[in-house]
Amino acid sequence: MVLILGDRVPEASRRLALAFAVLTFLISIPLFVYFDRGTHEMQFQEWVPWIQVFDIHYHLGVDGISMPLILLTAFTTVLVVIAAWDVIQYRVSQYMAAFLILEGLMHGVFAALDAVLFYVFFEAMLIPMFLVIGIWGGPNRIYATLKFFLYTFFGSVFLLISLIYLYVQAGSFAILDLHQVPLGMTAQILLFLAMLLAFAVKIPMFPVHTWLPDAHVEAPTGGSVILAAIMLKIGTYGFLRFSLPILPDASMALDWLMITLSLIAVVYVGLVALMQQDMKKLIAYSSIAHMGFVTLGLFIPFMVFANTGDWQGAALGISGGMVQMISHGLVSAALFLCIGVLYDRMHSRRIADYGGVANTMPWFGALFVLFAMANAGLPGTSGFVGEFMVILASFRADFWIAFLAATTLILAAAYTLWLVKRVIYGEVANDQVAQLQDLNRREFWVLGVLAVAVLLLGVWPAPLLDVMNETVDHLVRHIAVSKL
Amino acid sequence: MESIYLAIVLAPLLGAAVAGLLGRQVGRAGAHSVTIAGVAVSFFLSAYVFWQHAVAGAAPYNDSVYTWLVSDGFRFEVGFLVDRLTALMMLVVTFVSFMVHIYTIGYMRDDPGYQRFFALISLFTFSMLMLVMANNFLQLFFGWEAVGLVSYLLIGFWFRRPSAIYANLKAFIVNRVGDMAFVLGIAALVLHTSSLDYATLFARADELSGITLSLLPGTEWSLLSVACILLFIGAMAKSAQVPLHVWLPDSMEGPTPISALIHAATMVTAGIFMVARMSPLYEHSVAALGFILVIGAITAFFMGLIGLVQNDIKRVVAYSTLSQLGYMTVALGASAYAAGIFHLMTHAFFKALLFLAAGSVIIAMHHEQDMRRMGGLGKYMPVTYVTALIGALALIGFPGFSGFFSKDGIIEAVHLSATPGAGFAYVLVLAGVFVTALYTFRMFFMVFHGEERFRHAPPPEHGHDEDHGHHGHHGSGGEPRESPWVVTLPLVLLAIPSVFAGYLIGPLLFGDFFNGVLQVDPSRDVLAELGHHYHGVWGYLAHGLMMPPFWLAMAGLVSAWYIYLRRPGIARVARERLPWLHATLERGYGFDAFNDAVFAGGTRRLGQFLWRFGDALIIDTLLVNGSSRAVGWAAGRLRLGQTGYLYHYAFAMIIGLLGLILAFAL
Repeated sequence: MVLILGDRVPEASRRLALAFAVLTFLISIPLFVYFDRGTHEMQFQEWVPWIQVFDIHYHLGVDGISMPLILLTAFTTVLVVIAAWDVIQYRVSQYMAAFLILEGLMHGVFAALDAVLFYVFFEAMLIPMFLVIGIWGGPNRIYATLKFFLYTFFGSVFLLISLIYLYVQAGSFAILDLHQVPLGMTAQILLFLAMLLAFAVKIPMFPVHTWLPDAHVEAPTGGSVILAAIMLKIGTYGFLRFSLPILPDASMALDWLMITLSLIAVVYVGLVALMQQDMKKLIAYSSIAHMGFVTLGLFIPFMVFANTGDWQGAALGISGGMVQMISHGLVSAALFLCIGVLYDRMHSRRIADYGGVANTMPWFGALFVLFAMANAGLPGTSGFVGEFMVILASFRADFWIAFLAATTLILAAAYTLWLVKRVIYGEVANDQVAQLQDLNRREFWVLGVLAVAVLLLGVWPAPLLDVMNETVDHLVRHIAVSKL
Repeated sequence: MESIYLAIVLAPLLGAAVAGLLGRQVGRAGAHSVTIAGVAVSFFLSAYVFWQHAVAGAAPYNDSVYTWLVSDGFRFEVGFLVDRLTALMMLVVTFVSFMVHIYTIGYMRDDPGYQRFFALISLFTFSMLMLVMANNFLQLFFGWEAVGLVSYLLIGFWFRRPSAIYANLKAFIVNRVGDMAFVLGIAALVLHTSSLDYATLFARADELSGITLSLLPGTEWSLLSVACILLFIGAMAKSAQVPLHVWLPDSMEGPTPISALIHAATMVTAGIFMVARMSPLYEHSVAALGFILVIGAITAFFMGLIGLVQNDIKRVVAYSTLSQLGYMTVALGASAYAAGIFHLMTHAFFKALLFLAAGSVIIAMHHEQDMRRMGGLGKYMPVTYVTALIGALALIGFPGFSGFFSKDGIIEAVHLSATPGAGFAYVLVLAGVFVTALYTFRMFFMVFHGEERFRHAPPPEHGHDEDHGHHGHHGSGGEPRESPWVVTLPLVLLAIPSVFAGYLIGPLLFGDFFNGVLQVDPSRDVLAELGHHYHGVWGYLAHGLMMPPFWLAMAGLVSAWYIYLRRPGIARVARERLPWLHATLERGYGFDAFNDAVFAGGTRRLGQFLWRFGDALIIDTLLVNGSSRAVGWAAGRLRLGQTGYLYHYAFAMIIGLLGLILAFAL
């Protein structure tokens, strides 16, 4: 997948990159089509010994949790490559190569069934992203990349320590073996906190979220898209793959912490998003708030169990969180692409520089409003499905948790539609807006495909849920059994 | 059967898609032809469905179309429930929508967003049909939010106007406040039944009424009461009940056809419909019913009062809509669901008529909406005049017109009701009758009678006509003319049911039309009680002439005539004598100012504070950059130890050695 060849001929490297991205997407489709929806077992496994001394293997496989994320990754990468077509003129082949390498690593993270392999992918992913922001980023990119790198790296170290401890306990790095290893409460709590540091930074959760707005602001459009659509999901994926199944008792004991942080993300960050003056920052904060819904969905089952004595509604929360991951991947990708479209024309992300864009870019305006509505969780768009499921599950745990979670209906509408009002609607704000050209064909297709995906998932989410159900039910059965 | 329902729903959607996505290709005529064809299909099929259910006695249809998702034992489906209530709503919605589509050809003739407008009103029709035909809460909520979305897009249709894009944002967010409660209400019901289907929920209503919920530590609340009140809060936003009514007057920024369709006849009645649909649940909660009754009564009376001081013709009708929605809500609270639905139906006809007539006047006045610059228009626009008169008489409940029957039914029902708050509500709805007549005929006289003030009116300084004033001839050039037939035909067609729909009172209110659909607890069944005294429509009419509402309406009408035609000075004197009252009404009791200052302003300030203080100062400056500076500082200190001089290291080694020896020695 590497593509350092066409350094001199940007056009060729674009085409080659597109070809590879499309090819990868096409290859990933059979994963969906031939996926066995009746089992929670890992499917399409690959197994090659790697470092045999430590029993480390190149072991890949997917289940209902990871498969949708892999599809999302492949899909998004295609869009990113197309979106960068005219925009990136500087070191084209390296840009494209960085994204293809990134794609490979992200697929690796989602498919890895060996903890060390997971860790390697998890860390290696930082490098291309670091370069993408550092080379093709905005004026303040050095501060942003450093903050991004140090923040996430800081977290990962704790993950490594946890994995080594688990290896010592279990004698294996196979993730599925780790799921079964018995652990005492103290060990579980410590491991949980260590992993929390690693994953919370990625998601990002309050209060370790401030790197994200900075990183987004400086990243080029493609970087922002991948960051928001895929990389944030790796943190929540980590919870699903490691924290919940390996440390069920600690997850249960610390559910209050996770739920509190999630609700802070929804309410506090939602309020902060309202006041942003930079479009990318606004969407970045909105991403944090939406990811708060994911973590809420993942940890609400424990509260449901504590308050009602059974696990009914637990799978609804977890599945809701996962649907929210996919949906946010599509919607945030679309919104960052939209901002990219504007930025390419105006070279400004300041909301105050815009106004009345719908007058000169009617198609863009229509699509932007659609994505804004999806961001606000309108039924009929993908944004609604996950939020609705998580709110239902939360209500079963506690009325007030559901109440705070549901404030997102107001907050998300407020910050997103206020943005729409200031950017899209109104009288043409200035001469630059007056000279804007509507979407070209490439931009139109990229956003159009996303719009179709967002609507399709909103109108008929059943296929996605069918893929997940068996795995999620199994996960709930697994976490219901104490390891003590 | 299923395919006919699908066709009813999808025909407008298809029209919307063609007009919206291919607007440029199909052109103006193409856009209106295809959308009107879609809505016409919907209307005629709805009429057929209504006939089947109401006359031929078809059994209610309840089936799912497809499975939306399955998770955790929850099965969410999309499906239709068609019974007499649904069939009636479908007929009303598609009929008014059909009329509005035709009318729009004339009203929006010169607007550059012609295709977009047709696409949106067809999309609205689709959404509203999804809402009323739903057989489960999920689809209800989909329709509920989808009509909100279209309303948002249409209020902001002229998106260059600052007032329009302020109004649509406000409308959406206020509705979201209600929706938040609505979602929680749905969650409360779903989690104890694992089903979103109406049928399942209704069947288990008895069982649900025993469940309690602990909202605050140590308090037990009836789950059903909590759910019903939450759902009703959703309805308060959608159906514009105090205090969530604030968005509706501002929504008049949208073009007049949608004010008629969305903000008078159909969308705003969704809340009324929803409560009536849920009657098997609401009947289990007297607390919720009392709450509904009080809210409705307050809205009915106090919003009507504001209508007295408005000068914009559309805003008068808007406040009248608020007040009439209050009447419907009162009916629901009194368990007279059928009366609420009956008034919903008659109101849909006569209020759509009034709005469209107002639109016709606005066209004739070249998009002037201030009634102080109108007057004496009656003789120039005979069709508009007569139809508006019919609408006005229906609105005030003049005997023989549809509003008479439906409003009387509500007032009588409240009179008999024993639900807590009924006495309070009775006084307010009765007083409201006088107010209704007064503001209605104030408007009617100011527009159609009296001095022709438009002749010497100064040209508008900042009129409502700047943005789409493509009619070219502003000011007082030319005589006012009657509108073209595409505008007057819908007026005439709406005027017919505005008169005659009332004669359905027998079957609808006192008959068995809604048997098995609207459930009422026998102890609260005020309509059945009224039905004992009902002996045909003429007897009802004669009886009505002796009742207080009739005399109050007449008093209002005569007062309006006296104050606004006979002695125009009185209004001014009253205004000068009671400046506080006038100011209070002008400001709409200060709801807007309060919301702006406390909710909008407060939220923004809180957001700013959290951002600047929480994120920027505490987290970024102190924790993140602080820790990096701390690391830098510590590294700097440590560096002092690594000087590179051999004797420093040697010294340190000796110290260390001594320390070790000392440690061992001890």
